[in-house]
Amino acid sequence: MPFAATREQDVVVISVEGQLIVANRQELKQQVLETLDTGDRRFVIDFSETGYIDSSGLGVLVSVSKKIREAGGELRLSGLNEDLRMLFELTKLDTLFSISDTKSEAISSV
Amino acid sequence: MNTTPTGLSVQRLGTSADTGRAGLGGIALRVPSDFDFIEQVTELVAGHCLECGVSPRAARFGLRVALTEALSNAMEYGNGMDAAKLVDVTTHVYEDRIQIQVKDQGVGFDPDVVPDPTHATNLEHPGGRGLFLIRQLVDEVTFNDRGNAICMIWRCD
Repeated sequence: MPFAATREQDVVVISVEGQLIVANRQELKQQVLETLDTGDRRFVIDFSETGYIDSSGLGVLVSVSKKIREAGGELRLSGLNEDLRMLFELTKLDTLFSISDTKSEAISSV
Repeated sequence: MNTTPTGLSVQRLGTSADTGRAGLGGIALRVPSDFDFIEQVTELVAGHCLECGVSPRAARFGLRVALTEALSNAMEYGNGMDAAKLVDVTTHVYEDRIQIQVKDQGVGFDPDVVPDPTHATNLEHPGGRGLFLIRQLVDEVTFNDRGNAICMIWRCD
């Protein structure tokens, strides 16, 4: 299932509904790369509706973050619940990503 | 054992004498090496744990993430994504613990030689976090001698 994407204030907001795991990680990567190709540079990936993320999901976030940065863009993550935030802290990826509590905060700061 | 049209086999295991709670048993799944089965298997196992009285919080997150990791490792690194090779997932719920074994048909690996993904030089690598996450989210993790079966145990307080 493709991830829902909207554009708010020139920011591309991608919402991850359900799981971000090995089975669908490539869809997210493809979606970000295609959007980068069309010229967008400011991204928010929102996890308010996300159940869980596995290591492949974390890996694809690392990968797209690098691609966006290399293109001169910026990525913020938002909407991580307590469990998801724990995953980022355990893996120290909270030091690699810019993380906002809410989607609206992420949109206004990216 | 019931086999779905898609090739996933499901067997409800009988209640054994040492399960502790009346009505507790296990569930055994035989899964083709295809990532598309992972979510279904995870839901079946988590659902079985809930039926057995495991707290929703325990079954909601850590169990699902760790099982997803173990399954994807078994399919990709163990079975090499060979659809003819299967992954066996055996779950038992006891009064004091949940025990899940995931076994592939590969040659096995040495779990002690996996790099630390939180090291600064590895932080931007897209891969290498699966086993680390399992060890963080599971109370006890053991492997068989061959290295093709992982046993994960969560203690229930």
